[in-house]
Amino acid sequence: MTSVLIAVLVLALLGIAYSQGVSRSRLLAGQTRLHSRPQYHGALVALWAVLPLLVLLLVWLLASGMAQDWYIASQLPVEILPGTTEYASAAARLRNIASGFGVAGEAAEWEATAGAALAQFNTVLMLAIVALGAVLGVVGMLYMRSRLTARTRARNHVEAFIKAALIFCSVVAILTTVGIVVSLVTETVRFFTFVSPFEFFFGTVWNPGYSTTSNEASGSYGMLPLLVGTVMISLIAMLVALPVGLMSAIWLTQYANPKLRNAIKPVIEILAGIPTIVYGFFALVTVGPALSGLGDVLGFGINATSALTAGIVMGIMIIPFISSLSDDIIRQVPRTMRDGSLGLGATKAETIRMVIVPAALPGIVGAILLAVSRAIGETMIVVLAAGNAPILRFDPTEPTSTFTVTIVTALTGDADFASPQSLVAFALGLTLFVITLLLNIGALAIVRKYREQYE
Amino acid sequence: MNATNNSGPMGGNRIVPSAPASAASAVSRISAKDVTVHYGEKQAIFGVSMEVPEKSVTAFIGPSGCGKSTFLRCFNRMNDTIEGCKVGGKITIDGEDIYDPSLDVVELRARVGMVFQKPNPFPKSIYDNIAYGPRIHGLVKNKAETDELVESSLKKAGLWKEVHDRLDAPGTGLSGGQQQRLCIARTIATGPEVILMDEPCSALDPIATSIVEDLIHELKEQYTIIIVTHSMQQAARVSQKTAFFHLGKLIEYGETEQIFVNPKEKQTEAYITGRIG
Repeated sequence: MTSVLIAVLVLALLGIAYSQGVSRSRLLAGQTRLHSRPQYHGALVALWAVLPLLVLLLVWLLASGMAQDWYIASQLPVEILPGTTEYASAAARLRNIASGFGVAGEAAEWEATAGAALAQFNTVLMLAIVALGAVLGVVGMLYMRSRLTARTRARNHVEAFIKAALIFCSVVAILTTVGIVVSLVTETVRFFTFVSPFEFFFGTVWNPGYSTTSNEASGSYGMLPLLVGTVMISLIAMLVALPVGLMSAIWLTQYANPKLRNAIKPVIEILAGIPTIVYGFFALVTVGPALSGLGDVLGFGINATSALTAGIVMGIMIIPFISSLSDDIIRQVPRTMRDGSLGLGATKAETIRMVIVPAALPGIVGAILLAVSRAIGETMIVVLAAGNAPILRFDPTEPTSTFTVTIVTALTGDADFASPQSLVAFALGLTLFVITLLLNIGALAIVRKYREQYE
Repeated sequence: MNATNNSGPMGGNRIVPSAPASAASAVSRISAKDVTVHYGEKQAIFGVSMEVPEKSVTAFIGPSGCGKSTFLRCFNRMNDTIEGCKVGGKITIDGEDIYDPSLDVVELRARVGMVFQKPNPFPKSIYDNIAYGPRIHGLVKNKAETDELVESSLKKAGLWKEVHDRLDAPGTGLSGGQQQRLCIARTIATGPEVILMDEPCSALDPIATSIVEDLIHELKEQYTIIIVTHSMQQAARVSQKTAFFHLGKLIEYGETEQIFVNPKEKQTEAYITGRIG
């Protein structure tokens, strides 16, 4: 309701101010040559109308909590002292009543009244802000409109605003990244107050003891079993995806006739569009039992949920990734190079093996590293298909576990959030982040080097 | 255009060929009869017939898109690599039909080498660039033989002095003119009888061009060379016979001197004097 009101207000101001600016500018144009075209004058007036409103709303967003706190303080009975847990829970109850969530148990009579008053206070405050914003907007519009002259450098001002808006968006993206890293790091540091980094990085037993809810570090937090599981599954995935993906790319670029390629490429790329949870089903329902049956026939046991199942299905998921990246890279190898080899009497296969693939190799390595970081970060397939058994062993036919699965387990349990059982998720997340980051940096460096080669 | 030739190229000035015309009277070894080329529905070459003499340089000239490169690529069947390209008619080399279904195209391309418009060394060392062809065709048995062949090929291409101390350096690191001579050396190394050159100097500066032209002069003692060129001066300087193509048709074919001094066809004269092209 409120947001609709604000949106309508902003749009109305934009429209009115723009047309005001344009009409004023047309009027000026009659007398002398304009510095900027009328659209720019319109846009400038519109900016002056809307920016004050937006700034006000931003300030309100940050300050409304404080205003509420101040109002609640005036409503609570004096017996409840500020700073106590009693005070905090009473304040939270009032907020919930005011926002219409309701509270546990019956609300006391004073609570109901105070809650209703708080709701009213919020509404009035909000309306006041919107009204103030509207006034500011109109004032801004009128001010700018009256200042418009033929020589107003509206184009330059609008360009400067666009640049500022772009910078603002980039800063938001960068700050978000920084924020995520900082929160990961601080929580990881908190985790390391419970468990020593040495034990975490080099421990071979993973058993955090989720059953206990104490804040003491009662279990073992060695991440090596998870690292081995992650590496093993990624390795199996790459063993499946690399040959299939690369060879399909070679066939598509070098052998398939264009009509066939145009029909087949989308089909391969559909694989990339399948949600990973669906691959998870596929692993659980089809591949796992099939592998287990195959194991029975061959005479050795393969668990239906195992590193092998998860790895194979993950490999299938990655095939289009490798195939389509390699396809692009192989296509970038100049045709003249291929012609040179064919012109010397090399066969197609010799040309591919000795000229095209070596020339594309750095790019292909980059693609592989990107695919590996994708495999390492993959969660849903592993949750469903790997059996979640964080035990250090190197047998791919047994259930295993990975970083991502363990993070899910750690955060979805009912352990206290401040307990090491939950905090370990951040340490694992940070480790995963660093591994993926290094892989991506390596991949980008290689891909960039490759690009320079032909320019 | 070139420091060695100051005669005005256009506006009626005749260009006098530098090579003696007598060299072109050798026996013909390549023969084309009624050759047609289609790219899909579009016809690019219309019934071209010619005899190319042995151990001499034959130049194909004509305006862009006239089909001269397409026709050149018929002689080593490089047109096979282009989707939808169909070649008709008959081309024989030493009496052997090169479009015969039983002919091995790999063997043909070892006999008929090709140098491309843009220097295209492989992203390998200079040594490996030269050794590439001999290795795939099994022409060399051991390191010593390969070394010898690499050296002799580079010497024939006039590149040995410049690169003998850095054979392990990447071929892509050479200058444009050196790269083109590397590509010529690479072609020579497979021991061809015919060398096709598709505008080999169009990406080179005048000095590198003149070096490559001198090289072509020397090479014709051993090889039959067909060169496609945009530059009429170049055709006049390096070739003994010249063929003028226009719109996919062979307009005139004869001794280079005759083509440039006394063209029989009006279109040839118009092209040479700069009125079409």
